[in-house]
Amino acid sequence: MGQFDKPFDAIVVGAGPSGNAAAYVMAREGLNVLQIERGEYSGSKNVQGAILYSDALEKIIPDFREEAPLERHVIEQRMWMMDDASHSGMHYRSNDFNEEKPNRYTILRAQFDKWFSSKVKEAGALVLYETTVTELVKDLSGKVIGVRTDRQGAPIMANVVILAEGVNGLVGQRSGLRPEVGADTVALAVKEMHFLPRETIEARFNLKGNEGVVIEAMGTITKGMTGTGFLYTNEESISVGIGCIVSDFATSGVTPNELLEAFKAHPSIKPLLEGSEVKEYAAHLIPEGGYKAIPQLTGAGWVVVGDAGQFVNAVHREGSNLAMTTGRVAAETVIALTRKREEMSAANLADYEKRLGETFVMKDLKKYKGIPELLHRKKGAFFGAYPQLVSQAMQTWFRVDGVDKVSKEKAIYSNFRKTRTLRGMMGDAFRLVMAWR
Amino acid sequence: MNMVTTAPPRAKVEEKLFQNRYLVDAGRPHIRVKPHETPSASLVAMTTLCPAGCYSQTESGQVEVAADGCLECGTCRILTRETGEIEWNYPRGGFGVLYKFG
Repeated sequence: MGQFDKPFDAIVVGAGPSGNAAAYVMAREGLNVLQIERGEYSGSKNVQGAILYSDALEKIIPDFREEAPLERHVIEQRMWMMDDASHSGMHYRSNDFNEEKPNRYTILRAQFDKWFSSKVKEAGALVLYETTVTELVKDLSGKVIGVRTDRQGAPIMANVVILAEGVNGLVGQRSGLRPEVGADTVALAVKEMHFLPRETIEARFNLKGNEGVVIEAMGTITKGMTGTGFLYTNEESISVGIGCIVSDFATSGVTPNELLEAFKAHPSIKPLLEGSEVKEYAAHLIPEGGYKAIPQLTGAGWVVVGDAGQFVNAVHREGSNLAMTTGRVAAETVIALTRKREEMSAANLADYEKRLGETFVMKDLKKYKGIPELLHRKKGAFFGAYPQLVSQAMQTWFRVDGVDKVSKEKAIYSNFRKTRTLRGMMGDAFRLVMAWR
Repeated sequence: MNMVTTAPPRAKVEEKLFQNRYLVDAGRPHIRVKPHETPSASLVAMTTLCPAGCYSQTESGQVEVAADGCLECGTCRILTRETGEIEWNYPRGGFGVLYKFG
């Protein structure tokens, strides 16, 4: 294998959104890139809801809409607060989202990633599938100079290694480049793919053509654990799933499968899935620690991108756009250094962090740095008491039963006061506002 | 072997796993529970927490894993990292779960 004799300009570990973005951008600019993926194809190990945010991909492949496998463009967002029998919601639907270049799409990751990977190969990168990177190779000074895999006998050398290995990335964690992920800063999500004829989906969700709806839900559906549920419409299927912080699952004893079954059986969800055929059951971890959980991102000869760097905005349920953006920015950093014939030293690669600081990625994560901890610490209130109180208040207000409105207002107020003290509620509101700023 | 498992029935998860595609690396499980007398609370928690129901507890109290249906989420690795009771590696390249939709 002559092509492995001289070092690559860069090796990318992993072929998800961050790794594909990094490999594509570097290969397109003429760098000699090797990408290594443990799955049979890019996407075979990857799980997401999934929503694609156009902006992040447009900055990499401006005309992606012409060929990428996209499901539906999102015209309606539903945010639901649920108790066991109800949901209160905020819906936003706009015809403005029926635009020439839609802003968000639902996608199926296995298909989308396979396409993205084909673009990486077209751009000129060498992609090895079915190959697991087992360890990093370092020189005497500790600089990362290559990788070992479970296939190649000799180490494969490169000027820089971009770790796009995902939330459960073993290579970086085992090499001590970043700490192990904590059970209280990572969520376990389970998801099913429900197939239905497209006309049924369109009738059920009031859609035409390729319009789509996404529902994000919180409340008693997570049984007091910190977590959320979701339901996304695809072309001929519905993705439905739920996820909670791992340490919450461990203490509650609730099985993820039971939690998903209960969510699917909820009276607000069940009719949406009626008559569907389930074709896949998946599970994946989601980094939820936010800004405070971001590990060291660069060192001599290495850079971390995507979920491996904890780049998920848990509040807005964004991840793939942060992944693609970090992959692109890491690639741009490496390209600039390569062109200037500069060393891939810790000091030079730190430019990646400077560049990231200018993007929405770091700005957003910084803005919400206090939220993940707050939602976890006050989970009883945010995922139990408040959703129930809101539901009871709504019902008191909307049920017409001969009780006058002033008495209804008093009943709602006293119900809140009984459950949470005024001081407790003010405190929660204050903390939420402070964490949101 | 006359091992009787005391874990709750999980027929439903098993049925779900039948929908998935796997390429099982026969004889080379990628997760092993180290031999133990008494499992930690974290390891016992995996008997409910594993989304694929791979973990079960024997009558004599030890926790076992059958990783064929593993969804490769890594929850067990993260939860038991402090106790060090399991060895977790990715399946060899190409083996394991093959998501059709993801």
